[in-house]
Amino acid sequence: MTDTKPILRLDGIVKTFPGVRALDGVSFAVMPGEVHALMGENGAGKSTLMKVLGGIHQPDGGAIYMGDEQVVMSGPLEAKAKGIVFIHQELSLAEELTVAENIYLGELPRKSFGRVDWKTLAEKTNAILKKLRVGFDALTRVGDLSIANQQMVEIARALTVDAKAVIFDEPTASLTDAEKVVLFDVISDLKADGVGIIYISHRMEEIFKITDRISVLRDGQYQGTVATPETDEERVTQMMIGRKLDLTRNASHHELGDVALEVRGLSCGKLYTDISFEVRRGEVVGFYGLVGAGRTEIAETLFGLRDPSAGQILLDGEEVRLNSPVDAIARGISLVPEDRKGQGLVLGMNCRDNMTLPQVDDLTAGPFVAEGAEVAIFDQYRDQLDIRTPGWRARVGNLSGGNQQKIVIGKWLSMHPSLLIVDEPTRGIDVGSKSEIHKLLRGLAAKGYAVMVISSEMPEVLHVSDRIVAMYSGRIMRTFTSDEVTEDSLIQAISGLGGDGKAA
Amino acid sequence: MQPGALSKALKNGAIWGFIVLELIFFSVAGEFMSLSDTAFMDWENMLLLLKQSAPIGIIAMGMTIVMVNGNIDLSVGATFAIAAIILLDSMTWPFMAAMGDWAIPFAWLFALIVGTLLGALNGLLVWKTGVDAFIVTLGSMLGYRGIVFMFNGENPTSHLNWTLVDFAEAEFLGIATASWFLLAATGAMWFLMTKTVHGRNAYAIGDNREAAVNAGIRVGPHMMINFAIIGFLAALSAVVFYSESGSVNPNDGQLYELWVITAVVLGGTKITGGAGSVIGTFGGVIAIQLLRKGLGHIGADTSTVNLVIGLILIAVLFLDRQLNVKGKEALKV
Amino acid sequence: MATLSKQKIGSVLAKQGILIAFAVFIVAFTLANNKFLTVDNVFSVVRSSAILGVMALGVTFVVISGNLDLSVGSMMSFSTIVVLDLHDKIGPFLAIPAMFAMTLCLGAFIGILVGYLRLNSLIVTLGMLSAIHGLTLTYSGGQNMDIADKEGTWFSVFGQGTALGIPVPILIFALLAAVLGLMLSRTPFGRKVYAVGGNGTAATFSGIRRARTVFMCYILSAFCVATAGLIQASRSLGSQNTVGQGLELEVLAAVILGGASLMGGSGTIFKTVIGVLILGFIQNGLLLLGLQFYVQYVVTWVIIILAVWLDIAAKRGRLWSPIA
Repeated sequence: MTDTKPILRLDGIVKTFPGVRALDGVSFAVMPGEVHALMGENGAGKSTLMKVLGGIHQPDGGAIYMGDEQVVMSGPLEAKAKGIVFIHQELSLAEELTVAENIYLGELPRKSFGRVDWKTLAEKTNAILKKLRVGFDALTRVGDLSIANQQMVEIARALTVDAKAVIFDEPTASLTDAEKVVLFDVISDLKADGVGIIYISHRMEEIFKITDRISVLRDGQYQGTVATPETDEERVTQMMIGRKLDLTRNASHHELGDVALEVRGLSCGKLYTDISFEVRRGEVVGFYGLVGAGRTEIAETLFGLRDPSAGQILLDGEEVRLNSPVDAIARGISLVPEDRKGQGLVLGMNCRDNMTLPQVDDLTAGPFVAEGAEVAIFDQYRDQLDIRTPGWRARVGNLSGGNQQKIVIGKWLSMHPSLLIVDEPTRGIDVGSKSEIHKLLRGLAAKGYAVMVISSEMPEVLHVSDRIVAMYSGRIMRTFTSDEVTEDSLIQAISGLGGDGKAA
Repeated sequence: MQPGALSKALKNGAIWGFIVLELIFFSVAGEFMSLSDTAFMDWENMLLLLKQSAPIGIIAMGMTIVMVNGNIDLSVGATFAIAAIILLDSMTWPFMAAMGDWAIPFAWLFALIVGTLLGALNGLLVWKTGVDAFIVTLGSMLGYRGIVFMFNGENPTSHLNWTLVDFAEAEFLGIATASWFLLAATGAMWFLMTKTVHGRNAYAIGDNREAAVNAGIRVGPHMMINFAIIGFLAALSAVVFYSESGSVNPNDGQLYELWVITAVVLGGTKITGGAGSVIGTFGGVIAIQLLRKGLGHIGADTSTVNLVIGLILIAVLFLDRQLNVKGKEALKV
Repeated sequence: MATLSKQKIGSVLAKQGILIAFAVFIVAFTLANNKFLTVDNVFSVVRSSAILGVMALGVTFVVISGNLDLSVGSMMSFSTIVVLDLHDKIGPFLAIPAMFAMTLCLGAFIGILVGYLRLNSLIVTLGMLSAIHGLTLTYSGGQNMDIADKEGTWFSVFGQGTALGIPVPILIFALLAAVLGLMLSRTPFGRKVYAVGGNGTAATFSGIRRARTVFMCYILSAFCVATAGLIQASRSLGSQNTVGQGLELEVLAAVILGGASLMGGSGTIFKTVIGVLILGFIQNGLLLLGLQFYVQYVVTWVIIILAVWLDIAAKRGRLWSPIA
């Protein structure tokens, strides 16, 4: 492989955003016929790097080479013209249009008078779809397809042009196993044709199955490239997080109080079924499972955002009906939601106003908001959580991810909840803030809070939980105590294997 | 998938079902309430209806592609008035007057060019400044109306050319000139939106703008062309209408944008863009005109028309919401 | 350093641009015409802007909550006609509360549709524009509405009276602006309006009743419209059915000029008042310069687009949009 020239080479790419050095001298190269994995934690700079490559961002330093020639990507069109195809993770489809139109978006075949050449379009599309072995045809409306099939449409785009390099960004996130097999076949076909492939994924087993080399980013910096056969998961993880994966269990135990929350046989349509568990005061219960296993939906139900189709919710032994977040908050439930920017914060508002939003009705002096009391609350949690901001007047949108998350946590701590639910508390946050938040969650439990932690990161659940509930496909597979849990048994449980069928 | 398909079929056919209902209702109600002897479903009456739909209808075809594209144009009424003034005023210019009837095609051409340019100016502003189309066209709605007044103050502009009137009042195969223009505009826009790359790209931009950008579709020029098209059609509508009437008031065309948008939304075009069809819009235009005529036929006055159309617009929105309602397990935000 | 100060200037311009523009206008018109900055003239401008201004206060709430209200013009016609009609039928004491109640019902109807049923506010209020116009015509039978005894009623005080030497419409406008300004900037309700408009989902996740907040904004808007209708009716003591026609767009223009974003979440009452005054002073200044009223339309067009353009240009850090 050493004597062939890279098909695509990035050299010392630098990209800064106001206040952040998103990419700091990143270099790596893709050979023809190679599947090259790009790995890194959320926020490590992978997507920024891909945006630079696609011409959506212009780099502040460094260069992109294709073959021997230095190129400047002025925009997505140019990237495509040069043979670089992106398969996006978020579906980038026009739902009202047909499959064929989506696959050839931006380059519909033309006839005279600017007419679309429907016949050629359908033929070419059906040929591609045949290769992908999917059960729909060129004229199906994309909005009528399942998410997985929509993902296949996205993938089909890679096959339209004479691609030199194809970038897959988390392509398997919504695919079934059978569809994955097809995808991997497609990748190996592309590979055989001498196409260079960049494969971005968090799923180690896929990375080790199909890639040739692995490059790792951490905090915007290039950490190195290794040949896949010569490394293992542990070493890659170490490169990603800068230290050994900390799989230590939570060791501190303290006196558990009464049962704060009990859930009996809770179901919500197809989202989850027959969920039963309890959370005591002073206890952290971790919910572990794959994306889509129904964990977030349970949290949303407990917060009054979904109506359960069956089952009971008991708070302090008393059955309650939670019809809205207002009800849930009144009952002492707080939810730190999964999507910080979409659900957690009003980005255009300042830090103080965001933090006091749920209790603004109670913080009044006469008809007005008591701003002094608000500032006092903000100051208290800024100090307690070590939130770094220029002051309470700063717009939340200008803070870093970690500080934003602390604002959300502060917002809910200031409500003094009896049950705190945190959903993916450390997603997209740097390593330092992560361990702070973990410590904080343990500290809260020690103070007698009942805490539910939903996470997709195994080290996190292992680290903070007294008990771990493993979920698979809307069901609880097994509940572990922190003493009995092992990585293998946990992974088996969330994959739908080996659970002993004993629900909770 | 089944309920989705049902709601879609309902939505696509809804406007025609509504038209049939209107026809039945007004025919039956007309028997009892109408003062005139002629039946509502009279052929002549229907042809007249088509002709009367033309001014709004022609503009609505342009609004369809602009809204499918994800924009909106509030300035069409003012553009309509400017084009009308250009048409009538230009024929009095010395060099035009000297040409006799040969001035007519030039007057048409001037009016259409001005309309197209005004539309394109909106598009250019939306494209280059990045200001929302709603605000840009809200502004130009005022600005263009100001320009209308600059010609003749608050006085009407009149010029009657009998050749022009004859042409506008002519009928071909029993269908009036204005109706032909409406049908031609509908046909041309149908072709543009369903058969051409430009039209399909317009859908893609309105449906998922980021995807369109990622696919390398140039959003700006598409938007500008579509604004130019609606400007052209607003001018065409004025040209057809004022060829016959020969006199334009500076306030003419006011509230046209509301009627046009109502017709387009009734015809099933999504307010947020990405979905809609010219055929549906045609149905929407006819439905509104039927309602106006029908209510007149059974003796109701304009006030009822306004009331009914407003409420129907809201009802359509409400039904659309109900048909698209997600399952009971959906997130309540 | 140079770029930093440039950025700073840019951000100052963006934040205070509307105030600066306002100051420039005043100075320019004052230099051009010495009658411009006299007490009489200022009063006359503010008085004639009061109706537009009062309506703009309510619409500011609606726009900040992330919605639109295109029905205020035709709703104002409705209020004016109703209060004039009831004046002679049941007397002004009962006519005024009755008119307010009826107008608030219309506001509540829109509030239910947009707030609780979550229908698109542009289309709903467009439909209501037409429907309320129809309602007004039905109510009045298409006739102009006049008070029989124009000399003998105290009803004219809201539009024509003065108190402490200040015209009553100005007092009403100032009082409402102060109350609503405090409500928006200082009360929990105001905070919720910003939250709902800024990020409705996050507001819901924070336990804010989004539907109720939006509903209340439309109620406030209707209240302002009713007040505007009262001033209008009292000023003229007689009215056409179309007295408010087209005002919805001028109102919106004033609110946008004040810097409220149609996306919701930003804007203030103070800035809306400035927006209203700018429109009023432009109109007046151009008239004093001997220009026709329609020049004002063109100038307003240019100003609206420039104001919004510069605002977003400052936010994105470049003049031209990145649209390809």
